[in-house]
Amino acid sequence: MLLSKEDVLHVANLARLSVEPSELQEIQDTLSRVLEYIDLLNELDTEQVVPTSQVVEQHTVWRSDQVEKSLPIALAIQNGPQVVTGMFVVPKILDGGGQ
Amino acid sequence: MASLTWDAVEMVRRVQSGEVSALELVDAALERIADVDANIGAFLYVDDNGARDAASRIDSDLTREQKERLPLAGIPVAIKDNLVTREMPTTAGSKILEGFRSPYNATVVERLLAAGAIPVGKVNLDEFAMGSSTEHSAYQVTRNPWDPTRVPGGSSGGSAAAVAAGMVPLALGSDTGGSIRTPASYCGVVGMKPTYGRVSRYGLIAFASSLDQVGPFARTVRDAVLLLHVITGKDPHDATSVDVMPTQATVAAVEPSRMRIGLPEEYFGDGIDPKVRTRVDGALETLRGLGATLVPISLPHTRYAIATYYLIANAEASSNLSRYDGVRYGFREAAPDLIQMYANTRSLGFGREVRRRILLGTHALSAGYYDAYYLKAQKVRTLIRRDFEQAFSQVDLIVTPTVPDLPFKFGEREVDPLQMYLTDIFTVTTNLAGLPGLSQPIGLTDGLPVGLQWIAPALQEERILGMAQALESVLPVPSWPMQGGSSQ
Repeated sequence: MLLSKEDVLHVANLARLSVEPSELQEIQDTLSRVLEYIDLLNELDTEQVVPTSQVVEQHTVWRSDQVEKSLPIALAIQNGPQVVTGMFVVPKILDGGGQ
Repeated sequence: MASLTWDAVEMVRRVQSGEVSALELVDAALERIADVDANIGAFLYVDDNGARDAASRIDSDLTREQKERLPLAGIPVAIKDNLVTREMPTTAGSKILEGFRSPYNATVVERLLAAGAIPVGKVNLDEFAMGSSTEHSAYQVTRNPWDPTRVPGGSSGGSAAAVAAGMVPLALGSDTGGSIRTPASYCGVVGMKPTYGRVSRYGLIAFASSLDQVGPFARTVRDAVLLLHVITGKDPHDATSVDVMPTQATVAAVEPSRMRIGLPEEYFGDGIDPKVRTRVDGALETLRGLGATLVPISLPHTRYAIATYYLIANAEASSNLSRYDGVRYGFREAAPDLIQMYANTRSLGFGREVRRRILLGTHALSAGYYDAYYLKAQKVRTLIRRDFEQAFSQVDLIVTPTVPDLPFKFGEREVDPLQMYLTDIFTVTTNLAGLPGLSQPIGLTDGLPVGLQWIAPALQEERILGMAQALESVLPVPSWPMQGGSSQ
């Protein structure tokens, strides 16, 4: 196994996903199997190879610093699951509300 | 009387000349959807009223001269549901976006509207475009119109099935590792992934930003040419869009006898269904008959492409999908604290395959693994790009089978995700290299379609389309599934 159960839980926490105890084995198995396949890449010596992060040969794209029309607030927040007086409401994070 | 057997070019001509109205065309499409889509499941949303209203406005408000300036006047079009639309819901096939209504249109949707096209609805996909079969939609299954026990391919399965079943002549899809070309092959239609940067990604719900491209589906090459012409071009809203002219509105003439076409040995090895191989060999013979020179070539890093792709695509996806947190839009599952609210929302809102990919991508980017996985994949991506640069110093175009096999049955590749990933073995390389690729139908085997894939150097879409048109013109006229309606 390339990933331990602890690894899976660590990554799940980083990704803000919860993993049910009943799913843990299946996730560990499938991710390990995919990583075993990916190990194929270690056949290649890439020491001297420059990485490709994107294929378009362009650099910083400039535009003039002008204020343009943007979305009205009502439209921008219309999809919020909980909105009060123009603001998104989230569970409390201070005073013991967070971790 | 409007007929859905016309291709889009023919429809536009008749609308512009006043022989048929846009409303007649839209009504015909809506009737066809009502007749057959219960058995296909391509559409997640049909905007009957909006489509009829838009068609009526073209008919009543525009002069003949104005219609003649609209390259897609009155044409019903289906839109993959990961392209945001103001007038219709957008779900990306995910529960996490159930009920979401975009405050703006994707640039490609704006371009369709400006060209006179009529969006009739949103079509199904694998959740967030992650899949090769459209089985991973949170909403419904889409069936292959040629055989309803088989998948239409994915992730743009709804787009491909809607076009193949004659519900619409044109559809938009997106392609991150084959998501236009695989379903085009499995459903027997033309589908093209343009050069990275050729079409704006503004309003395309991001999966893997360095690989994603929007592209056309059609039943004829000339229709794909027309739709591509409308959607290509620089967009200030997408910094990665390339500042070059849109592609031509009509097929550029290509002289097949002057074309050197590469056949990469890695794409013609074992692993290919012999029935697909026979059909592809027949098409290659036809190309020789047209005078093209077929040249054996090698793309030696092909065997590393799937591993490279799944690291890069999932790493980018894990970052892109972090925005679904239950705060600003979409689904929220309540919890007493914020961190738990994120985790509950994302675990219930995302399907199994999406969670699997987020986990893999997060792992590949995490401290201690970044160099071994993500950076390594970016380096191999360079080697794959170089393979193509080397090949295109010898040939003008490359042809391959689009997919190594025929459409598979539902559930067949659900057990082992790796087997599903390998479906894309011939398509992911062009995304990694940023090149244009097209799948065109070359006939049926056992009643199921086979596709031929064309690959060209960056920005040479017209070369592909010209050759695809030359091949299409000498292949037998294709038949289409479900001609008798839903009972067939």
